[in-house]
Amino acid sequence: MNYTEKVMDHFMNPRNLGEIENPSGVGVVGNAKCGDIMKIYLDIDDNQVIRDVKFRTFGCGAAVATSSISTEMIIGKTVQEAMEVTNTHVTEALGGLPPVKVHCSLLAEDAIRAALWDYAEKKGIVIEGLEKPCDDHDHHHDHDHDDDDH
Amino acid sequence: MIYLDNAATTRVRPEVLEIMTEYLSDNFANPSSIYAPARGAKGAIDTAREQVQKAIGADRPAEIFFTGSGSESINWALKSVATQNAHRGKHIITTAVEHPAVLVTLQHLEKEGFEVTILPVDEFAQISVDQVKNAIRPDTIIVAVMFANNEVGTMMPISEIGTHLKQINDERGKDNKIYFFCDAIQAVGRVPVDVNALNIDLMPISAHKMYGPKGVGALYVRRGIKMQPLIHGGGQERGRRGGTENVAGIAAMGLAVELAVAEMDDTTKKHRELQKYLIENTLKAIPHSRLNGHPEHRLPNSVNITFEFIEGEGMLLLLDSKGICASSGSACTSGSLDPSHVLMAMGMPHELAHGSLRLTFGRDTEKADLDKFLEVFPTIVERLRQISPLWEEFQRVGNIDALLGK
Repeated sequence: MNYTEKVMDHFMNPRNLGEIENPSGVGVVGNAKCGDIMKIYLDIDDNQVIRDVKFRTFGCGAAVATSSISTEMIIGKTVQEAMEVTNTHVTEALGGLPPVKVHCSLLAEDAIRAALWDYAEKKGIVIEGLEKPCDDHDHHHDHDHDDDDH
Repeated sequence: MIYLDNAATTRVRPEVLEIMTEYLSDNFANPSSIYAPARGAKGAIDTAREQVQKAIGADRPAEIFFTGSGSESINWALKSVATQNAHRGKHIITTAVEHPAVLVTLQHLEKEGFEVTILPVDEFAQISVDQVKNAIRPDTIIVAVMFANNEVGTMMPISEIGTHLKQINDERGKDNKIYFFCDAIQAVGRVPVDVNALNIDLMPISAHKMYGPKGVGALYVRRGIKMQPLIHGGGQERGRRGGTENVAGIAAMGLAVELAVAEMDDTTKKHRELQKYLIENTLKAIPHSRLNGHPEHRLPNSVNITFEFIEGEGMLLLLDSKGICASSGSACTSGSLDPSHVLMAMGMPHELAHGSLRLTFGRDTEKADLDKFLEVFPTIVERLRQISPLWEEFQRVGNIDALLGK
């Protein structure tokens, strides 16, 4: 399995790592069962523009890289524009992901939406097209076994 | 490069490479032909068969069949013996931590109408002889237990199981025998393996785990066990596996096994010291780490440690960036999304199974290699923990239950 240079760059030098004090919204998605958990913090101004984003991710190289690049993709955007960032955009921005890792890009998309949901609830507003996040993204997974030890 | 993944494969040793080259170039003849060079090639196969026979304590060279891999040996042995004995019983006993080559083959046999009992393991990945005893039924035909686990290195009580099966088989009579299949692929050349002393009936081995080439394996079949032909063809391997023999690979395997077993005492002594050194120093240097597998009954060259709050693939990528090759039971490194079935069978929670690291030594591994690992690895763990929300949560509230959905 090979990662693109871009994936390796974001894994080795993750952007916007950390947390935000008193965030406008926080999202946590994934579960330890599948081996990836992403936590994302949003700082959103009064004009609904995302001023800052921070994240932490437990997961593989692709999970960290998709988290990192997706934070870059939504900084400076309005919440409505951020809604338009999908897993396909994230994967494309990284120059592609190995097929088995595509679910990691869903993690980033789900995390952004979960944080936006949290923001909308706190503010008592409705963001068009945003649905309540489900508890995990287990259903995205294909299970396929492979082992190299014999 | 510091190569600490010798359970995955090993580097072909120079003597073995030399004999391979010989049978690919000067002695390239087909062993089935009649002229002198062909007799040389045929002789090389005979020699290799004797080398394997002696290395595992078998009675006769004819009990050794060469195959294309360890997995092929496993498939052939289980399918053939199951099919040949189906008329008297369809029950097979195995363990939860076998290699997929065994487990998936047995799943296939289940679809064909066989019934498989999978024995659970304890926290160290071990089963007890009592578990085997209690699982045996009148219709049991095979007990399949691995010698040593490829992921965590734990060794099974093979001698006790073999002794018990022998007693039971003496009572049941030869027409109702339970065959003892033992996957010794990780064990031969690393710990003593004697098929007669251990009462093993069928035993797959693989060349590339002991400094031989990939693409060649062998199967030990105790005399008297009927094997169905695996490949119909020109009568090679006494009519069981047709196809022109991989002469270079077979000659290489013979020499590799012979050398590995001859050097085993020295290698084991060295590896035991390295193992102790690595385990002690890693656990000491990195908080929230724990050894996986049995503390004593384990292969001398194998270390498996879980580092809490982080995930295995990240460790491997960062180790790779420092020129160190290792392996993990994390889902993301296997091409599957589930963490290691071995760690799960040991009762390990998912988040810990994802954070395991396997380091396995070879004959070239030196203390300096481990020192290099010990120099770079604490920083790698620290770095990955800084990225991990589990670590942040643990620092803040002292547990990670909320993030695990508990």
